[in-house]
Amino acid sequence: MSSYLARHRIDLMIIVLFGLVFVLSFVFGWEGGQRAAASFRDFALEMIVVLPVIFLLIGLVDAWMPNEVVARHTGDGSGWKSSLWMILFAMLQVGPLYGAFPVAGLMWRKGTSPRNIFIYLGAFSTLKLPMIGFEVGFLGLKFTLLRAALAVPVFLVMAIVMDKAFGKTFVVNDMAASRPRDSAPATHRPPNPTAG
Amino acid sequence: MILLYVATLALFLLSLAADRGKTVKALRAGTRMFLNLLPSLLAILILVAAVLTPLGPETIRGWLGAESGPIAYVIAAAVGSVALIPGPAAYPMAGMLIDSGVGYPVIAVFITTLMMVGIVTLPLERRFFGTRVAVARNALSLIGALVIGLTMASVWSLL
Repeated sequence: MSSYLARHRIDLMIIVLFGLVFVLSFVFGWEGGQRAAASFRDFALEMIVVLPVIFLLIGLVDAWMPNEVVARHTGDGSGWKSSLWMILFAMLQVGPLYGAFPVAGLMWRKGTSPRNIFIYLGAFSTLKLPMIGFEVGFLGLKFTLLRAALAVPVFLVMAIVMDKAFGKTFVVNDMAASRPRDSAPATHRPPNPTAG
Repeated sequence: MILLYVATLALFLLSLAADRGKTVKALRAGTRMFLNLLPSLLAILILVAAVLTPLGPETIRGWLGAESGPIAYVIAAAVGSVALIPGPAAYPMAGMLIDSGVGYPVIAVFITTLMMVGIVTLPLERRFFGTRVAVARNALSLIGALVIGLTMASVWSLL
């Protein structure tokens, strides 16, 4: 607990400080502070509605899905068909992009290739079905289809470039390491089995 | 959204029935990840709320609607990259921009950067992927969004 406080002390200080400012702005009727508090509430609601479920799901998939299966179907050398599955999977997601980062961490731990992880992030941010629904409603079908059709080659090229540039050294920090890494070997991806 | 809840709950119950110990461990791992992410996420959201709120939707609409030509794309990309607007709020706003005369290609740049590029969440992204990967992903996304917008501008009238 105290290590938790120590590790996040800067963030926690910001939270406490601005929490005070928000409270005081209601006490003293400062409109700017109240507006900021209101928009923080909107952000926080968006987060709190989606994230706990996503993390529960990550925990469950982590426990049950065999690494070997994920690695075989989405890992290095799994081909472009696997990328199609990554896109379809990403389209079914909900929530803000920062909710996709821990999912990417899970995939990396399970052996998904860097290229497929970047494809997942690209599809997540541009093709999520709930978003597409909103988009058709407010901006029309023509715009939505054209934007989506243009987004696909863009994030595919991006994934290839990112894979070329960083694929060899790509690492995702899983945020679960509340203990030092070496005492939690289960969360380590084995990059080369020979290293033991 | 409801689907996600129902599916997760079903999986959870299934998992609980199959292996209690494993499920508890999964729950613990998920909670730990969430709690480790929470402080920095909250801090970022607070800073965004504090800094960007004075800029409200009205101001953003004013900026995006004020210019046309190449400058409009640059402004759309800049605002979309910095702003953090939840989808359900962003699309109505984009619709209003269209109604007030902003072109579809500019909106495409705005929407795409809004969704793909996150300057304010960069400190968070860094912690997952490292600085270089996070910066490169955002930079490439920014370029990609401009490519999408410019391509859209050249083909829109043909369709």
